[in-house]
Amino acid sequence: MPFIPHTEEDVRRMLEVIGVQRIDDLFDEIPPTLRAKALEAVPEGMSEMEVTALMQARAREDGQAACFIGAGAYDHHIPAAVWQIATRGEFYSAYTPYQAEASQGTLQLLYEYQSMMTALMAMDVSNASLYDGASGLAEAVLMAVRVNRKSKSRRILVPRSLNPAYRKTVHSIVRNQSIELVEVPFDAASGQVDMEALQSHAGQDFAALVIPQPNFFGVLEDVDVLTDFAHANGMLAIAVVNPLVMAVIKPPGEWGAAGADIACGEGQPLGAPLSSGGPYFGFMCCKQEMVRQMPGRIIGRTVDLEGKPGYALTLQAREQHIRRSKATSNICTNQGLLVTAATIHMALLGGEGLSRVAAACHANTAQLLAQLTAVDGVERVFDGPVFHEGVLRLTAPVADVLRSLAAHNVLGGFELAADYPELGSALLVCATELRTAGEIADYAAKLARIMAARTQAKCPVEPKFN
Amino acid sequence: MLIQELSRPGRRAFAQAPKDRPLLEGIPAALLRSGAAALPEVSEMQAVRHYTRLSQKNFSIDTQFYPLGSCTMKYNPRACNSLAMLPGLLARHPHAPATHSQGFMACMYELQEMLKDVTGMKSVSLVPAAGAQGEFAGVAMIRAYHDSRGDTARREIIVPDAAHGTNPATAVMCGYTVREIPTLDDGDVDVEALKQALGPQTAGIMLTNPSTVGVFERRITEIARLVHEAGGLLYYDGANLNAILGKVRPGDMGFDVIHMNLHKTFSTPHGGGGPGAGPVGVSQRLIPFLPVPMVGFDGHDYFWLTEKECPQTIGKLSAFAGNAGVLLRAYVYARMLGREGMVRVAEYATLNANYLAKRLADAGFELAYPRRRATHEFIITLKRQAKELGITAMDFAKRLLDHGYHAPTTYFPLLVPECFLVEPTETEAMDALDGFVEAMTKIQSEAENTPEVVKTAPHSLPVRRLDDVRAARELDLRWNQGS
Repeated sequence: MPFIPHTEEDVRRMLEVIGVQRIDDLFDEIPPTLRAKALEAVPEGMSEMEVTALMQARAREDGQAACFIGAGAYDHHIPAAVWQIATRGEFYSAYTPYQAEASQGTLQLLYEYQSMMTALMAMDVSNASLYDGASGLAEAVLMAVRVNRKSKSRRILVPRSLNPAYRKTVHSIVRNQSIELVEVPFDAASGQVDMEALQSHAGQDFAALVIPQPNFFGVLEDVDVLTDFAHANGMLAIAVVNPLVMAVIKPPGEWGAAGADIACGEGQPLGAPLSSGGPYFGFMCCKQEMVRQMPGRIIGRTVDLEGKPGYALTLQAREQHIRRSKATSNICTNQGLLVTAATIHMALLGGEGLSRVAAACHANTAQLLAQLTAVDGVERVFDGPVFHEGVLRLTAPVADVLRSLAAHNVLGGFELAADYPELGSALLVCATELRTAGEIADYAAKLARIMAARTQAKCPVEPKFN
Repeated sequence: MLIQELSRPGRRAFAQAPKDRPLLEGIPAALLRSGAAALPEVSEMQAVRHYTRLSQKNFSIDTQFYPLGSCTMKYNPRACNSLAMLPGLLARHPHAPATHSQGFMACMYELQEMLKDVTGMKSVSLVPAAGAQGEFAGVAMIRAYHDSRGDTARREIIVPDAAHGTNPATAVMCGYTVREIPTLDDGDVDVEALKQALGPQTAGIMLTNPSTVGVFERRITEIARLVHEAGGLLYYDGANLNAILGKVRPGDMGFDVIHMNLHKTFSTPHGGGGPGAGPVGVSQRLIPFLPVPMVGFDGHDYFWLTEKECPQTIGKLSAFAGNAGVLLRAYVYARMLGREGMVRVAEYATLNANYLAKRLADAGFELAYPRRRATHEFIITLKRQAKELGITAMDFAKRLLDHGYHAPTTYFPLLVPECFLVEPTETEAMDALDGFVEAMTKIQSEAENTPEVVKTAPHSLPVRRLDDVRAARELDLRWNQGS
């Protein structure tokens, strides 16, 4: 029996001790009318050998095209040591460190993680993770409403240039608490927050302003001005940042005169593989005075009864297992193993290594943008400064072009039409440090051929598969 | 020693970063970071050695018996990990087109179908990232359902007093108020109190069955009828699904919405606190509200179901499609178990729990519900030891660590004083259970003869008992150079 160690003799002896005849007798408190029939949709069991063959075939089926998609998930090199250590059974198969003395490995690692994230973000405190960047922002919004007691409106200013998946996720999570998200448009020329539109909210009651850096278009925002605007108008400043980019770009704690109040975002660029969108982890940092309103687990250093330093979950009075309906969030399980990987990843790369990776992504994307815009019918949409991602407009329908590229094993970017119809036939592209000069040139050449063929044929490009 | 304390300026893991640093062209100076982030500067071997050593300070399923009640700490098969980490699966971008994702999507679709079958629900969405997010999705769907019918006076969620803390916290996140109902002395929900609580304000009830006190809710059919008659819906907290997998299905009990903890029942790793996965299953009337995206199948191709196809959805709960890598591990586990293996999970988990409960009772420990059949877990109360010997459940728990056993869940559920919630799971052999009984018996004897040893435990772990009060009072949440 897979994963069940009992011998027939064990079962006989155990039933005898319990005092029943059959295992099925142990289910005698369940009303007989409720007993399930045999499962139908679950196939018969497979051996490890058989399931390995199945999974290898499926993994092969999805191929390995050159990926120029970013849009919130980025293809980075992960040192071999990261997942070899993170999947050691002692990390992989442990639970939440409720028994602190038996979990000092995980707890110390999380304390190191909190120290690294606060250093990277230039913030006071960090929690031990949330589910992902988008749901983490929802928690930041809820936290801002709790913290900003002067604001009575339960309204939050959210730039339209924030990742649309984040805007949708935040909406699904906070709407039942009657929190309203008010959209701030972007400037059509620069792709940055439209300052004039933002200024029209000066003096109005909002709990917080969300500030993405870079924004979904890869465009860098003038974060000092935005942070000061928020504070001058009684709003908290919530930073949503790419943590890798913060290795070279001004971190949230240094924005404006007083720094962002809450910094959150997607931790994936720090050691999590693309893996179809998860598991990743959401990180969250805040100012010291707000720590009691922070959701999620927090680790503190303390001492044992001999005075020796040790680590434990702390401020648990914020959490659901203690406070129940008055907790700061319902979150329980978080993304511990991803944080384990991220901590090892940051330790291996250090500040210098991360900044080299970020700079390499920036340089590769600049290369990519230069080569793609050299193709007829392809142009940049925004003139604002970008970091490691950029928006292009095509004279051909993006969906058709992407399909043709995919048929030639190039995943050419993320189509913006559904979320930003006002941008026309627009495409978000990204080249991380993993994309080679050859791959970039190959993408440009294929795009040139597809665009040229379209111009000549003046009809939709037919996708060619296999 | 912290990794930060091993750091020396200029030391690096040189193989792990690009050889040089291109200039940051086109970025205004005011937007740049002024100095490098103060992250550790260590060699690759130092980091590997440091984190390997840290791992050795953990208890885990791979190294210890871990009978943590309500957490289902069963063996996590290694194949589930290695197959979810095949390069082709790790490299798939979440926005990769469906044409390049059929292998992955086939796994997700088949997992949806298997979970539907084993829970008796009509449709499943895999996106919630953990149990608590599954709960959120479930209660948000209940609310969306009532709202869609213009039935907006329903403002209250009923929760038994023994429920997990996530239940009331979730109800509040969904904009509801919480009404608690008591549990009877035999562990069942107080149906009379439920009748009193039900009314036109009732949106629904959140139940765990088997309940958090480790017994099967015998009047579940009647409870379902009462709640439905009052116009409310029933939410099933799947924390204890392991106890009934393939034996009884929440859908057949009358539940409208359930979440499953794949990191419990489907053996994906707990990872030191996650990631989990908390898929939700629903009855017919809640199908339109399921969170997106889901995977559909037209007999030939797999495709995504998004807001466009599901306009009444409660929406997205994360940026992409949930914890895909966890779902792949659960998929591999489900395929290895197969239909016959799923039923065995419940049978042997229940056999182990009843055996361990009986052996502990025979050794003189007090069961909280001695007249009830244990499910996959059971509760003992150490109130007698606390009163007579001054040895608390916490003392017992810490001393168990010295004996090489992770402690059961302590002080939950809150309504049983000085309690241990014990869940051995089906993957432990009888010998391991016997060893646990032996350790408990020894500690009992120590409690009677050398109580100080128990009160000051643990003695053999990397640290002695930690000062939690100081941790919360004198907050030290990060390393400061020079401190």
